[in-house]
Amino acid sequence: MARITLQQVAHSYQRHPKDPSDYALKNIDTVWEDGGAYALLGPSGCGKTTMLNIISGLLTPTRGRVLYDDRDVTELPPEQRNIAQVFQFPVLYDTMSVFDNLAFPLRNRGLDPQTIHRRVQEVAEVLDLTADLKKKAAGLSADAKQKISLGRGLVREDVAAILFDEPLTVIDPHLKWHLRRKLKEIHEKLQLTLIYVTHDQVEALTFADKVLVMYEGEMVQMGTPAELFEEPRHKFVGYFIGSPGMNFIPCRLEGNRAVCDGASVVLDEETVRRAQGKEGPFELGIRPMYLEVHDEPGDDRIPVQVRKVEDQGIFRILTVQMASSTLKVRISEERPLPGQEAWIRFPRRWIKLYANGRLVA
Amino acid sequence: MEKWENNRAWFLILPVFVIVAFSAIIPLMTVVNYSVQDIFGPGQRFFVGMEWFREVIHDERLHSALLRQLAFSCMVLLIEIPLGVLIALAMPKKGWGVSACLVLLALPLLIPWNVIGTIWIIFTRPDIGLLGKTVNDLGIAFDHTARPLDAWITVMAMEVWHWTPLVALLAYAGLRAIPEAYYQAAKIDGASSWAVFRHIQLPKMRGVLTIAVLLRFMDSFLIYAEPFVLTGGGPGDTTTFLSIYLVKIAVGQFDLGPAAAFSLIYFLIVLLFCFVFYQALQNVGTGESR
Repeated sequence: MARITLQQVAHSYQRHPKDPSDYALKNIDTVWEDGGAYALLGPSGCGKTTMLNIISGLLTPTRGRVLYDDRDVTELPPEQRNIAQVFQFPVLYDTMSVFDNLAFPLRNRGLDPQTIHRRVQEVAEVLDLTADLKKKAAGLSADAKQKISLGRGLVREDVAAILFDEPLTVIDPHLKWHLRRKLKEIHEKLQLTLIYVTHDQVEALTFADKVLVMYEGEMVQMGTPAELFEEPRHKFVGYFIGSPGMNFIPCRLEGNRAVCDGASVVLDEETVRRAQGKEGPFELGIRPMYLEVHDEPGDDRIPVQVRKVEDQGIFRILTVQMASSTLKVRISEERPLPGQEAWIRFPRRWIKLYANGRLVA
Repeated sequence: MEKWENNRAWFLILPVFVIVAFSAIIPLMTVVNYSVQDIFGPGQRFFVGMEWFREVIHDERLHSALLRQLAFSCMVLLIEIPLGVLIALAMPKKGWGVSACLVLLALPLLIPWNVIGTIWIIFTRPDIGLLGKTVNDLGIAFDHTARPLDAWITVMAMEVWHWTPLVALLAYAGLRAIPEAYYQAAKIDGASSWAVFRHIQLPKMRGVLTIAVLLRFMDSFLIYAEPFVLTGGGPGDTTTFLSIYLVKIAVGQFDLGPAAAFSLIYFLIVLLFCFVFYQALQNVGTGESR
């Protein structure tokens, strides 16, 4: 086990990158604490897998250093880093039995048969694979195969971390849940560092203690699921996390008010102070669930047209038109539906101000 | 349910039926017809039953041709399959080298078979052939028209040169189809390159190698044009393979009856071997530890 540090890591798949856009990964600085459960979240092509492969050593970064604790491993190949990686599609050695599959990494390292036998039994126990040990790996179901891939990582003692590259993509939905719980269980039992790449926010938020959101090769925010939800540091995090994503409304600052088309909202002093000297364009951001809906006009209430209502079970999503902006509002299903005309209020503590896409904080 | 009265379906399968009839069934039945008759000339034929089969089965020259043929096909498989896999493993994986290799490999496959025989006759001639002359100048006596071993070596070399590229192309296709994640996982598991070959590449190539073995076995078992042009079956009978012997009986001696019986036996042998190979390769590495 180890603390993993990336120092100013950048990677380009081109041999002679010139432009910043040639980089799949741009200047990443981050620390993965020992024993943490991390998720790496972002859309396809944002550099998640590149980052994972740099940590495991399948790729050597164009720039920067990778440290395990204080040891520089940037130039070391994966087999010398003692790391485990589980891929999107289960990778199995088809001709071998489950036992031999699990024993393979140990045999390659020349361990004695007794140790191998003991370790394989232990890992099979943890993964509920004991009954399958003698079976051919090729004939098993997708989730069992993925467990074997994971097992080949766990079987080595003291791996620095286990990296998952969208491991549940090919698993049936009802087994996904089961397997994810198994991962959590293993994490709690073995206290291993887990880094889990996914583009599914539910998977990331339920699995990880800390989530790192990536966007176009950059790390936009690292935080707990609650932090990402309540304090998105970048517009992209606001969009990407939450369903539906955060509302953003272009605005300009006038004194302590943010004025946008059709409304003006009072900001708290702290935000106003911080916004001094920031370059625009400015935008207001608010989560759909924090917008209040009223049937009558009143203080700070802004008139809107209700355009659409979507019923999502325990809540409803309203699409409302506020002058030229379209907003989403989440209301509980117990609340009676407003009519065509409604009024919304922006509670001050949930209003976020963004300057040039980044949170003013 | 009432039976469908309209028999138009028969009409729809007629084209296939006609094609198969003319391409396979009628020729085959003609051979069967010949194999049970003694034919002296047009209109003069007698039914002889199993006589030709009995005769052919007890033909000593056929026995030795069959053994020769089996030895040849086995050597072909033993040399071409490993060699083809080695070439495929050594080929570049990207860049301009891939196209260059593929074109070079495909060249022998594009040459007409009798031309290949001719090329190798000239290539190995002791007086003017590039290879033949060089070898003789080095002090090694080499003449495929006079010495059986030299004839065999030449035929084998020609066959390997001609057909190994096919195996290499198939194996290369099989290798390229292996997802990158397997190699990455093997790296992380600390596998040696031998282990990668043994546990990833070889099992993943099983499908294409099965095809390669079947194709190479069938083709080499039926080989005719190249050795016929190169050695004409000689010296003596030493490179007379089954098909060359068969043509000698049928066309050389005009013994249509025995030749037909021989053809049918030949056909059954090829079928039998292909079935055995196919079954064996399907099961290899899947039934061990169940």
